[in-house]
Amino acid sequence: MRTIDTLLAGVPIFEGLPAETLELLAGCASNVRYSDGEVLFRQGDEANRFYVVRHGLVALETFVPPRGAITIETIQPGEVVGWSWLFPPHRWRFDARALGLVRATAFDGDCLRGKCDADPALGYDLMSRFAQVLIDRLEWTRLRLLDIYGEHRPR
Amino acid sequence: MAPRPYRVVGRRRETGDTWTLALEPLAGAAPEIAPGQFMMVYAFGIGEVPISVSGPPWRPGPVVHTVRAVGPVSGAICASRPGAVLGLRGPFGNCWPVADVCGCDLVVVAGGIGLAPLRPAVYHVLEHRGEYGSVTILYGSRTPSDLLYRRELERWRSRFDVAVDVTVDAADSAWHGKVGVVPKLIGGAAFDPGSAVALVVGPEIMMRFAVEGLLERGLPEERIYLSMERNMRCGIGLCGHCQLGPTLVCRDGPVYAYAELEPLLGVREL
Amino acid sequence: MAPSVIDLPALDVLIEALRGGGYRVVGPTVRDGAIVYADIDSAAQLPAGWTDRQQAGSYRLERRADEARFGWAVGPHSWKPFLLVPVLRLWRARRSGGGALELEEEPAPDERLALVGVRPCDLAAIAVQDGVLLGGRYADRDYAARREGAFVVAVNCGEPGGTCFCASLGTGPKAGDGYDLALTELLEGEHRFLAEAGSERGEELLAGLPRRKAGEADVAAARRVTDGAAERMGRRLEAEGLRDLLARNREHPRFDEVAARCLTCANCTLVCPTCFCTSVEDTTDLARSEAGRVRSWDTCFSIQYSFLHGGSIRTSPKARYRQWLTHKFGTWHDQFGRSGCVGCGRCITWCPVGIDVTEELAAIRSGEEAAHAHD
Repeated sequence: MRTIDTLLAGVPIFEGLPAETLELLAGCASNVRYSDGEVLFRQGDEANRFYVVRHGLVALETFVPPRGAITIETIQPGEVVGWSWLFPPHRWRFDARALGLVRATAFDGDCLRGKCDADPALGYDLMSRFAQVLIDRLEWTRLRLLDIYGEHRPR
Repeated sequence: MAPRPYRVVGRRRETGDTWTLALEPLAGAAPEIAPGQFMMVYAFGIGEVPISVSGPPWRPGPVVHTVRAVGPVSGAICASRPGAVLGLRGPFGNCWPVADVCGCDLVVVAGGIGLAPLRPAVYHVLEHRGEYGSVTILYGSRTPSDLLYRRELERWRSRFDVAVDVTVDAADSAWHGKVGVVPKLIGGAAFDPGSAVALVVGPEIMMRFAVEGLLERGLPEERIYLSMERNMRCGIGLCGHCQLGPTLVCRDGPVYAYAELEPLLGVREL
Repeated sequence: MAPSVIDLPALDVLIEALRGGGYRVVGPTVRDGAIVYADIDSAAQLPAGWTDRQQAGSYRLERRADEARFGWAVGPHSWKPFLLVPVLRLWRARRSGGGALELEEEPAPDERLALVGVRPCDLAAIAVQDGVLLGGRYADRDYAARREGAFVVAVNCGEPGGTCFCASLGTGPKAGDGYDLALTELLEGEHRFLAEAGSERGEELLAGLPRRKAGEADVAAARRVTDGAAERMGRRLEAEGLRDLLARNREHPRFDEVAARCLTCANCTLVCPTCFCTSVEDTTDLARSEAGRVRSWDTCFSIQYSFLHGGSIRTSPKARYRQWLTHKFGTWHDQFGRSGCVGCGRCITWCPVGIDVTEELAAIRSGEEAAHAHD
């Protein structure tokens, strides 16, 4: 059975981190599993974790009356769910639900923030990596904003 | 060069504004069509537009076109029922390099109606499956109801030797698949950048993002192919309209290697 | 065949012989204050004693002191209106039994043209258009038919215009290949023409004219005419490496500068002898029982030219001017293997704001050199 360390080594957001750092991170991590339809977290709840999806799809949703729950984006294996653990007020901004069976590695936010306070270099490194995730998500979201498949008549 | 009359022998609605028509010539045989080529399609008395061929290539049989109704001409073409007669000229243009890339992994990246000009390439590859490495199809559209060829996509996906990944920009509550942009699918796709060839069609901005994603995965510019479009009138290199920098899309395209397009795509209003 | 010398009355015999041979003779004549190309039936209609004063944005006719027939450069017309006609019906269509479509292509024109007075730059322009319209995979059927039997009487230049730069591009002032007959007007001493045949047809026609064998003095006089013209060009263009220069400078600030002046009026494309862009319009009668397609001249300066669903690719004047300039002098090489310009200077003369392509290209070139000087 593979340890959390080796599981962490293949994850894009942790690419290039030395083994000691991965061990450090592993100290804050645990394996989690959700069955189809199970909720990972709800909008507004305290956000004290982030997840790296190992298997399956996580749907980020928001409830839009009267349309119901709309999926904003799906997070696939290798990707990260959640950055609210980094920034106060540490509240989830969306719902997250498992589409099918989901296996993920969950990281404890308190534990990690403590380690980052103790080692600012680690904190800076993690912050940069999460910033890159945010940048990618923002670019893709902007691309969707353009509604490129829609019909746009000239003015 | 006048259009040749073709009769509509099959018609299928794909999405809210897109139809696929199968056409047979009134006289003579249909021409041999390479994957990626287009024809100029004429609606009597209304006009003519370039439409990519979306049916099986290099084979006798009806000519298949998938058309999106965006104006009076395409609207009239989409409204044509079996028995109606349209005019066709062509095929024109060059083709996807599928016959030249045997042994390579193939990655098809399509957005919206972009899957239509790629479908002939997919047909060819699946019919000669043994000649290619891994085959990956990445496709996305605006919403689930805008996905083209849904049943066919499901059939391809059910094969053990093809990877199909589908996403939509915006979902409704009935969709349990991926939500996000097509370029996002590239990072997780299983292909060997050392040998893969990518064929990309979609709105120009989506193609730019897709190319970035492919380059990031390590594909070289020479092994990424795009299908470009420009205003076309004659389709045969005589009217000047379809110029894209130093090339004529009707003659030197519509298929281009990204290496050739790279200096041109960044120039606004070229 | 050795060159001959013919006199003024022989011009009438020449035109008469062409008409007798079944040709529709088109040549220069004065109309509406300009020298245009139109149907002529005798040498009396030639612009005797006229010259033109051309500058950027200006064209005026002036009387000459002599009675030279060809003492001018070029007018607003090229030979394009006769070979690549401005409006052409391509085909007609009818609905027939069972909803079928019957399409009938228009028959090819059967008249034969005789173009009298073709300047060397225009002769080169015809060759450039031949390359575009006949040299590709698909030939333009109508152009081919009109071009096929056309008889060309070239006239070498002795009086270059204020905007001419054919010498910079090697297209004049002496005619290159492609003529049936070439004339050089000699005004020193007796008013006569050196006549050289360039084909069998030309030889035959020349043989039927009153002529004498050209002497060394005649040949030398003709050479003086064209050499002298080469030295009096109104403009110069550094043509070396233009294709690469323009490909490197698509975002040159000069394009913004010229865009502030350009009205996108499309005059330049109308008068240019090599511009070949056309568009097609599908027509129908009210009952939708008969339809057709008509081809007409188009211009890359119009906004609809680059229309794609959702809008046009080139909407700004800068983009449209850049398209024209970089195509004519740059990407024409990539598309057709040669320059698209023949140095006739019409675009400079007929631009209402006087934009001068030689000046624009020089500015782009020196702008680049200046930038490198700072490296």
